[in-house]
Amino acid sequence: MTGPTRAHPWMANSAPGMLEAMLAEIGAANLAEVLEQIPQDHFRKTPLNLPPQLASEMELKRDLLGKLRKNATCEENLSFLGAGVWQHHVPAIVDEIVGRTEFATNVWGSYQSDHGRNQAWFEFSSQLGALLNLDVVQLPVYSWGCAIGHAIRMAARKTGRNKVLLARLSDPERLSVIRTYCQPQEMDGAIEIVLVEPDAATGRLDLADLRGKLGPDVAAVYFENPAYLGTIETEAAQIARLTRAAGAETIVGVDPISLGVMTAPGDYGADIVTGPVQPLGVHMNCGGGVGGFIASRDEPEYVHQYNGFLVSVAETVQPGQLGFGLACPHQNSYGQREHGNDWTGNSTYLWAIAGAVYMSLLGPDGFAEVGRLIISRARYAAKLLAEVPGVRVHWPDTTFKEFVVNFDETGLSVAEINDRLRARGIFGGKDLSGEGLGLGQSALWCVTEVHSAADLRRAAQTLSEVLK
Amino acid sequence: MKIGLVVNPVAGLGGAVGLKGTDGADTVAEALRRGAEPQAGLRARRALTRLAARVPGCAISVAPGPLGADWAAGLDLRPSIAPLPERRGTAHDTRAAVLALADCDLLVFAGGDGTARDVAAVLPQGRGLLGIPCGVKMHSGVFAISPEAAGAALADLCTAQGGVQWDDSAEIMDIDEDILRAGRLAPRLYGLARVPRLRSRMQAAKGGPRQDAAAALAGAAAEIARGMEAGVLYLIGPGTSAGAVALAAGHRPSLLGTDAMLDGKMLARDARSADLERLAQGRRVRIILGVTGQQGFLLGRGNQTISAGLIAQAGREGLIVLATAEKLGALAQPMLWVDTGAPALDADLTGFVQVHTGPRQRRLMRIGAAA
Amino acid sequence: MTRLPNFHAAKWDEPVVMELGRPGGRGQLFPAPEAEIAEAVGDNPVPEAMRRKDRPVLPEITEFEAQRHYLHLSQMTLGMMGVSLFGTCTMKYNSKTSEFATWRPQIAEVHPYQHPDTLQGVLEIMHDFDGILQSLSGMDQFVFQPGGGADAAYTMTAVARAYWADRGQLGQRTEMVTSIQAHPCNPATAAAAGFTVINLPLEENGYPSLEALKAALSERTALIMLNNPDDMGIYNPEIREWVQAAKDVGALCFYDHANFNGVMGKLSARELGFDACMFMLHKTFGAPKAGGGPAVGAFGCSAELAPYMPAPVVAKQGDRYVLDEDRPKSCGKIREFWGNVPQVVKAYAWARAMGAEGIQLASDISVVANNYMDHRLAKLPGIERSNPDVTKRRMEMTRWSLAPLHEETGIGTVEIANRMADYGIDPWWMSHEPWIVPQPFTPEAGELWSKEDIDLWIDVLAKIMQEARENPELVRTAPHNQPIAQVKGDAFENPSKWAMTWRAYLRKRDQAAAQGAA
Repeated sequence: MTGPTRAHPWMANSAPGMLEAMLAEIGAANLAEVLEQIPQDHFRKTPLNLPPQLASEMELKRDLLGKLRKNATCEENLSFLGAGVWQHHVPAIVDEIVGRTEFATNVWGSYQSDHGRNQAWFEFSSQLGALLNLDVVQLPVYSWGCAIGHAIRMAARKTGRNKVLLARLSDPERLSVIRTYCQPQEMDGAIEIVLVEPDAATGRLDLADLRGKLGPDVAAVYFENPAYLGTIETEAAQIARLTRAAGAETIVGVDPISLGVMTAPGDYGADIVTGPVQPLGVHMNCGGGVGGFIASRDEPEYVHQYNGFLVSVAETVQPGQLGFGLACPHQNSYGQREHGNDWTGNSTYLWAIAGAVYMSLLGPDGFAEVGRLIISRARYAAKLLAEVPGVRVHWPDTTFKEFVVNFDETGLSVAEINDRLRARGIFGGKDLSGEGLGLGQSALWCVTEVHSAADLRRAAQTLSEVLK
Repeated sequence: MKIGLVVNPVAGLGGAVGLKGTDGADTVAEALRRGAEPQAGLRARRALTRLAARVPGCAISVAPGPLGADWAAGLDLRPSIAPLPERRGTAHDTRAAVLALADCDLLVFAGGDGTARDVAAVLPQGRGLLGIPCGVKMHSGVFAISPEAAGAALADLCTAQGGVQWDDSAEIMDIDEDILRAGRLAPRLYGLARVPRLRSRMQAAKGGPRQDAAAALAGAAAEIARGMEAGVLYLIGPGTSAGAVALAAGHRPSLLGTDAMLDGKMLARDARSADLERLAQGRRVRIILGVTGQQGFLLGRGNQTISAGLIAQAGREGLIVLATAEKLGALAQPMLWVDTGAPALDADLTGFVQVHTGPRQRRLMRIGAAA
Repeated sequence: MTRLPNFHAAKWDEPVVMELGRPGGRGQLFPAPEAEIAEAVGDNPVPEAMRRKDRPVLPEITEFEAQRHYLHLSQMTLGMMGVSLFGTCTMKYNSKTSEFATWRPQIAEVHPYQHPDTLQGVLEIMHDFDGILQSLSGMDQFVFQPGGGADAAYTMTAVARAYWADRGQLGQRTEMVTSIQAHPCNPATAAAAGFTVINLPLEENGYPSLEALKAALSERTALIMLNNPDDMGIYNPEIREWVQAAKDVGALCFYDHANFNGVMGKLSARELGFDACMFMLHKTFGAPKAGGGPAVGAFGCSAELAPYMPAPVVAKQGDRYVLDEDRPKSCGKIREFWGNVPQVVKAYAWARAMGAEGIQLASDISVVANNYMDHRLAKLPGIERSNPDVTKRRMEMTRWSLAPLHEETGIGTVEIANRMADYGIDPWWMSHEPWIVPQPFTPEAGELWSKEDIDLWIDVLAKIMQEARENPELVRTAPHNQPIAQVKGDAFENPSKWAMTWRAYLRKRDQAAAQGAA
């Protein structure tokens, strides 16, 4: 134990004399006596090798900002990256609320001492439920891919079946997560993953292939609307009918920011719905803004399959007063260890609060406006880019905010094109060429409400310049 | 929740004077002759004193006189006395009192295993019971660990929000006292009773039922049934836990007796030792067992039809044990016990056994020799 | 005795947001598409079959009303603004310097698919922090993808699957061995990953015996998952022998370093023989908990296991930082992207602000402070220390039991937790399942809280125990100074009463009213 020469601002008992005072009070001569449980040969032999201490706020800030300055941002550049993390407008009030220290640093108290946070959580589920037209929304899990993984496992437990059908044109990032949750096949309880082919003309699910693969062993069909490559699934109700007829569960993934203009999944037969929470007021955070929700109808056979926190409204002992608490807490791994549904732990609950504030700010008209603005700008961008010589857009007029841009005729790779764009302050779309989707040199471009018509014209103009 | 109380005033009388139980009028007389003083009423009062301190003015239905009311007198409780026209001073009184208190949700009795048997024999379906421990023999899984703990448990149940959770698998066990007095412990499983789930293991935040206990057991049983090997004789011991394996294999277990399965077929139900030994000749044997509630017995309590010879044939590796995590967590000591009547065999069985608590879920438990 | 605060929480009686507002009210406007866009794509490009016809039932409030409403809710959250000695979670100061740094566009407005040339700053921080964790643990590589401690445990099970698959033993190595007091996430994630879970019981000295472990280990064991010290504050002195026994059957050894605070700088997981470990950055490393995430379970392992980690990992090539995605033996992704990057930056900031000397001092303080607390708590009649046979001094936290007080008064750990908030003290942590210790509570002082905070906390507990004896009804019906009265639990398991959304609540309320009227 080395006594500090001066106290550290984050440790009250580092003030001179405090440790010694406590040692004296407990009757220990030194620290070694207090650590009497640890055998001597367990103590580490290699000394710590850490960079020097930056105890003052000034030095720490200088180090952090000095490093972070080496990043280039989507604020200074014009970015068309999406695919799981999207650049949307974040209202200032959202930042203020999620930055509140009570929300940022709390852990778990009582239903009374956590009342405000629990109400905010309930309001997240309530407002999202209104967008989805569903009665049960769980607090978000780690990510959309994780939400899909849990949803598939819910369906497998509910049906007692062990196969799931997914679109071949799935996001490899999400698909990798889903495989982790379902596979490998050698494990007891594994869920087989079967891919459904796309309709070549539209990018949507090929219903004939789906019919052929549905059967009494299928637990669930999972599809996204809009899908990974931006396509809107117009046959959603028909897919849900086919799935139900096979005794399987329809799991849908939706982009919540589309739900002011797109049909609520609860209205076309979805049994379980998943989606990302990041579009609802969370910054991209270099991918650290993701979270995934799970929702369903309010039927016990669904409710009893959830893995995490279900916040329910509840009465208090004071008549007429409402509080909040956890419904069915026994079924999760906190209540049941390995007997619980999958597992749960710290998740992304701060983003539930961000989402609650965001949805309350937008209201029904805000969601209608932002949805219309996004799809209009994205469609316009697709048109402008398709006019650039050598550039083709896959499945035009079928997409929401993302779309596939093909560069095969330019003779250049996506990587080369994106390098040239980046030199001109533009982050081109995500490179799809290595993803095995059979799309050649294609990129997934994402356009949202943050992109003005002028931005889009600049992108198309720059693209035509770098392709010359 | 409506609580009823019946005291068996002579329960436990034999213990202090070297008699191993108090069943039958002759034994009672013998105990009194040897100078035994009745304890059950005093122990019931200890429980009621704790209840009154915790829930002043608590309503409770009691049998009259020394069967209940006497021990509640003067405490801050609101006893209502159930009529009981005739008293014979025998087990008949316990049964008659239970019938008089039949509208209670929970019947609390002060006694031992014999009293538990008498109460369970006439308690209507759907009513729970809880024992204030007073007897010489207490092998049944229905007793609180002390009179004060019983009183505290009653207070918890009276003040619990959201209703009482029940467990329908508590063993009612008793031994033949003549055999016991002859120096041999041979308890039998007489039935299964409903008891309240006592330990408040859950935070208020979580205050509801543990819904999956039955499902966990069924899942573990299905896994064991799937893993049954051809040509191996499986003996399925008494109780719902072991019986779940028979159910999972598509057979109805006898529950109170020992059954035998071979190659997916039920060869014998509620079989005698001799029959089981005959079936086991020339075969590998495995024994599927549950655990007795609170006591934690694996062998030698309620399943004596599984003889020492059969157990030796199976060996420790041949024991397949099922119990819910909840049941293991509620054991008085975190141990399982064997008492096969053969000390050398008991010694061989000590060590660790993997208890199946659910599908793909096991808990190691140490086996000790009880004798 | 210190003066106890005369506290009352903010009580705004705030309606649910769905009840606020007025038709047509707006909190956020978006521009109409520019004329050139409308001309090019029309008024509503959504395919007819998927056009939303109904108007979602959302609040229609002003920007200010949204701000006021949610500020009210934040004020009705005690957070850790009282004294939060919340055991197993190691409550620390969450620096605003690092918080503000991550709100800058250089983190907030950065996309993970940007070209690495545009991400050199954040990659450098992650790389440097990887090095810091390597030094603290002796491991060879860390990854930050897991979204919490439980997700890091899940990562371990996925890495173990990939490791055994690579050796052709996946169907054979089916079992995971752990202790009954290990955090629930260890058995739960192993079960979800398809392993059979074998739990070891505790013996009198507070931890499972080596004999039990050896009885559980076999050629079927894929891995063991352990924490040490445990939540009782007991350190398993046989941990080296444990690791050796597991190695003897070829099993992998995972150190759940959730309880790292008392041994930071004192132990090295690798030196103890472990193959992998995890650190909770939102706990031990000063990143905020945010009510349950975004969090990070940093997963580290030996060079032998590193090829099986989830990708990408941050690497340095020359003076450039890169994302290494090309890892053919990788177990696959645990979660999209590279983790909760802002939390990693905050953890890096914490480690830099503390330095090696600060980290070691924090560890010393946390153990001494807990023993100071033990010393005072031991004088309170009505509570007892868990595992009373273990008389040695505990580590950075101790589990206690209120069983004696509970049997005496009927007041247990739940009631006291509720009542503590009435004095402005954050309700305590009780215990993970299963409750081996009856009526448990688990305080942990850590290095943040002052001796005066600890004294206040104990004085409040003593006062409430006195109340439990003199006026149990006061405690049973607590809290009395909080935003709301005690929540009734009857709805939470009842399908006709639970309501996870406002629309469900209204539907059930109306149904109940209709039934009442009928």
